Amino acid sequence: MRKNFTRLAYLALAFTFVLAACGTPAPAATEAPMAVTEAPMAATEAPMAATEAPAEQFVFGLLMVGPYNDNGWSQAHYEAGLYLEEKLGAKMVYLDKVNPADRPGTTPDQLAEELVAQGAKLVIFNSDDMKDASTTFAKANPDVFVIMASGDQVWPDGKAYEEIPNLMNIMGRMEYGKMMAGCAAALTSETGKIGYLGPLINDETRRLAASAFLGAKHCWETAGNDPAALEFKVTWIGFWFNIPGVTLDPVQVSNDFYTTGYDVVISGIDNPVNLGEAQKLSAEGKKAFGVAYDYVAACDAAPDVCIGVPYFNWGPEYLKAISSAQDGSWASQFIWAGPDWADLNNPDTSTVGFVNGPALSAEDAAAVDAFVAELAGGLNLWTGPINLQDGSVYLADGEVGTDQQVWYLPQLLEGMDGLSAAE
Amino acid sequence: MLKGRLSGFVFQLLAFVLALVFVSLILIAAKASPMEAYKNMITGSVGSMRKFAEVLVTFVPLLLVTAGLLITFSAGLWNIGVEGQIVLGAIGTAWVFRQFVDSTLPAGLIITLAIFGGMAFGALWASFAGALKTFGGVNEIFGGLGLNFVSTALTLYLIFGPWKREGVASMSGTEPFPDHFSLPQLPDLRISLWALGIALVGVVIVYFILQGTYFGLKLKAVGKNFRAAYLLGIPTWQYSMYSFLICGALAGAAGAIQVAAVYHRLIPSISSGYGYLGLMVAMLINYQAVWAIPVALFFAALNIGSIQLPIVMKLDSSLAGVLQGVLVLFVLLMEGVRQKFVKKA
Repeated sequence: MRKNFTRLAYLALAFTFVLAACGTPAPAATEAPMAVTEAPMAATEAPMAATEAPAEQFVFGLLMVGPYNDNGWSQAHYEAGLYLEEKLGAKMVYLDKVNPADRPGTTPDQLAEELVAQGAKLVIFNSDDMKDASTTFAKANPDVFVIMASGDQVWPDGKAYEEIPNLMNIMGRMEYGKMMAGCAAALTSETGKIGYLGPLINDETRRLAASAFLGAKHCWETAGNDPAALEFKVTWIGFWFNIPGVTLDPVQVSNDFYTTGYDVVISGIDNPVNLGEAQKLSAEGKKAFGVAYDYVAACDAAPDVCIGVPYFNWGPEYLKAISSAQDGSWASQFIWAGPDWADLNNPDTSTVGFVNGPALSAEDAAAVDAFVAELAGGLNLWTGPINLQDGSVYLADGEVGTDQQVWYLPQLLEGMDGLSAAE
Repeated sequence: MLKGRLSGFVFQLLAFVLALVFVSLILIAAKASPMEAYKNMITGSVGSMRKFAEVLVTFVPLLLVTAGLLITFSAGLWNIGVEGQIVLGAIGTAWVFRQFVDSTLPAGLIITLAIFGGMAFGALWASFAGALKTFGGVNEIFGGLGLNFVSTALTLYLIFGPWKREGVASMSGTEPFPDHFSLPQLPDLRISLWALGIALVGVVIVYFILQGTYFGLKLKAVGKNFRAAYLLGIPTWQYSMYSFLICGALAGAAGAIQVAAVYHRLIPSISSGYGYLGLMVAMLINYQAVWAIPVALFFAALNIGSIQLPIVMKLDSSLAGVLQGVLVLFVLLMEGVRQKFVKKA
């Protein structure tokens, strides 16, 4: 009897703990989400409340493959979301780390439905890995607008065209950004050996690596160097970022590059981990530089070794797309938007930009700027003669690559080291 | 006896409460309201029919894995390799599907074959761990762990190699299988009643094996005391092997369902970590089959409900994993405390 009483007493004590814990509504505690979402009430109430918000606030959803603060691909999208909130007075609901390793047992289309439940009328899928899921979701939810970034499902001239009225593809012509990256790398490199940290092998990653190579080759030769002395090697890690046990470790790959004579490494993955490694090695007295990717402020992570960053500025095109969804002029289309050549880094007009990094010398920066001016003037490096890695002719002398030829580049180019296809 | 059971229940309840308190403290430290977090997790898991269906999608493989583990645990075996057995089940199912992509056979027959194929692959993979233990003297924990890594490597090899999609090898997996290779789902919901049925049948079979058959009794004898069982004439290593095969087949069925009812293709993390989660469930229910259904359902609800945390509260959804882990720890801890208590009484 006595024992039972003691047990009961313990139990009561424990319950008190819980009540105490749960009973503190802690106004300060709810401030964290408030700061970000702006409308915590709408968010925590049932989905209806969000859709019936007084001023008919437009809610859009964003699914990001990596962390929202990855200093790269996903952060560029997140910042674009903030830009849209500011420009449109819209509200963003988002979920990051949408990938099979971080969110086991879920699919992107299922997670998109969670965002719709929060009131989203439009959902942005931000990774090529979500292509199938975005198609599934768009077909299952014809009332919800879908933007699939980097995909080609609704490109009538594409290889995988499908008619999906509520879906739009948006991508930036990063080929130009990568050419500038390659140029900066070639000008900076003393050894003439440039490493390219590749994600997985597909059309997109092949054409971007190849564009970096073309830019490097152009600037290397323009600067009067021996064409044969340029080495350009691509190592694919297997995914857009490190997944322990699944991908190669990009830090290790960067280290291998830097310690085998590759003094500049260009990041092609979703975050600039190469910069960290370059910083570490340059602290030890080694010459090591890096080019970041995707996010405008990515160089801030390691300014001493960062020679530049080609980045996406998703805001302007997303703004157009969402506005068209709002005013009823929405049209399913494939958008491959280029830089604003009049003002490369204009946040309101240029979808692709390039920022010279603090570690780029003044002389090289001037050369990169001159190269940018050439591109703006109509220089097209996707002009033949260009051979594929196996030696076959891809673009004959003087032939200019079409959008399809560039988008669906079947191999790396002659002169590049690295795998053209997964083995 | 009754008193023992009652005190066991009280202590488990206490463990549950302590786990909640612990997680609440973490939340408070993270400047978030525990009440709001729990509310979001509840509405996120059972707030609508659609969400509950998502919970069931997670519940089905988790229950199958847990059921399988009850068999190996009964035989005194720590089948850590269950994760790899799920993966091989998925590979087996995908392999069968690939053989019949252009076939005119009825879809039902192909799906059935594919699921049995997955079960066979899972059992085969489990038999490796069993053989390593029986004939190689390798502890099943180490053997299983090693085989798990091999299974991951094998999946990646297939996705990026022989089974890669046209032109594009991608982490999103192999080319999706045609629609008619999917287990039929309820309209507008992702759950397949067939999958649910398979899981329930699986756990019922395991319950009867353990509670109502000589086979189960012998299995438990082997688990309780290997040497004594041997002396009593039970073919001990064979029974260990049987338990591996049964567990592997059930884990394989879980992998098969991941392919046939959830992802419709092979993806890199096809097992979704259900093997390790199943180990936790099995430990939490103290290896009693009756509790497998409610606890697996609860864990599945935590997994799905926690998705709301990053969306609504900007919290990391790994909180569900913390709660699950803490829960198991506290239950084990309380079990120790209870035994002390009972002895003193």
